[in-house]
Amino acid sequence: MAKKNLSKQKKMDTRVNFTPMVDMMMLLITFFMLCTTLAKPQAMQLTMPSNEDTKQLNEEQKQVTKASHTITLYLGSNDKVWYIAGLPNYDDPSCVKPTSYGKDGIEKVLNEHTTEEGINPVAKIKLAKKELDAKKNAYNSKMTDEQYQEQLKKLKRGELPSGEKVPALTVIIRPLNTATYANMVAALDEMLISNIDKYVIDNIDKLSEDDKALIEKAGVK
Amino acid sequence: MAKVKIQKKDIWIDMTPMSDVMTLLLCFFMLTSTFLTPEPVQVNAPNSVSEVKIPEQDVLNILVTPEGRVFLGTENKNNMQAMLDEMTDKNGVSLNATQIKHFREDAMAGAPMNMLAGYLNLEPEKMGEAIQKLGIPLDSINGGKSEFQQWVSAARSANPDIKLAIKCDSKTPYASIKKLMSELQDMNENRFQLITNLDVKRLND
Repeated sequence: MAKKNLSKQKKMDTRVNFTPMVDMMMLLITFFMLCTTLAKPQAMQLTMPSNEDTKQLNEEQKQVTKASHTITLYLGSNDKVWYIAGLPNYDDPSCVKPTSYGKDGIEKVLNEHTTEEGINPVAKIKLAKKELDAKKNAYNSKMTDEQYQEQLKKLKRGELPSGEKVPALTVIIRPLNTATYANMVAALDEMLISNIDKYVIDNIDKLSEDDKALIEKAGVK
Repeated sequence: MAKVKIQKKDIWIDMTPMSDVMTLLLCFFMLTSTFLTPEPVQVNAPNSVSEVKIPEQDVLNILVTPEGRVFLGTENKNNMQAMLDEMTDKNGVSLNATQIKHFREDAMAGAPMNMLAGYLNLEPEKMGEAIQKLGIPLDSINGGKSEFQQWVSAARSANPDIKLAIKCDSKTPYASIKKLMSELQDMNENRFQLITNLDVKRLND
């Protein structure tokens, strides 16, 4: 036994100690992990009308949109949100109903909104979009991105693949001055989720007196 | 009594595989990462399900803090210089070489024009602290364009393809962002991108 050990010691040990190198690598990796952003931030494209033609646009839209195809959202303080389905009834403040952000709030309201034709356009469009997504993500799908975008555009206009035409909703978003930026983004997010292309962010300072009185009566703040 | 013989064992661990893995990880991080652009104030963007990516170039970043202070900057330092030149020309401010050097080293512009020279005179270490109390004013000057609007149009003339990206803190009151957007609309800058974080949970619902 002892002899064997002795003979081994004579051999030259050519192993290099890598521990310091590993230490350094660890430090470098930590540095890179802390100082970098892996995921690029996302962005939300927003196109606003220019201030000069806002008035004109609104009047045009009022004429073409049926009452039951419109939903107005009021974003208030403390993450509260109210909605009016259809045209406001200025004599009855109870047409302004409270709801919340997220899946069981605005999304549900939009999803279950029934138009005068007796259909739920948002739910129908959402279903069609799901099918379209499935087709796009299918194993041997040959759908290009352009084709997908084109189909999506059609869907958002309310043209279902079955040939049925459903009305596209118009949503008027009115953030109050007490709302936060996150509220506005959350509302825009709902438009994205519900595939609504026609939405306006309205300036609360330019509301008509009737609207102002109505929301005050309904306790929107 | 027999001596308890503590056998000396050679506990050499071979670090080579670990070192290999580390090198690979290091390479991965170095290649895939883009460095954080320093921002004068920490801003937490809200979450959304939008998956649009922001382009890497030709972006004018507009930063809005919870208090409504506005900063802006672009990644191209030459464009920043051109913007500064236009702004100093318009407002009759003259800067010396050191001040311009300080401006170029700064990530974002955020000082009102009447305080710009004083701010750029500070030591670089103190500038980071001082800028947090400044911000580009949104008030219109004698009924004309505000300083913010002047900066944006300077950015537009320095680079006609520039896109506007607004990064705003989720706690910023809507009133501040409304004013900012309305000023942009006034000058026909109607398309902008709102920077958000991806809300993975909502996306999968």
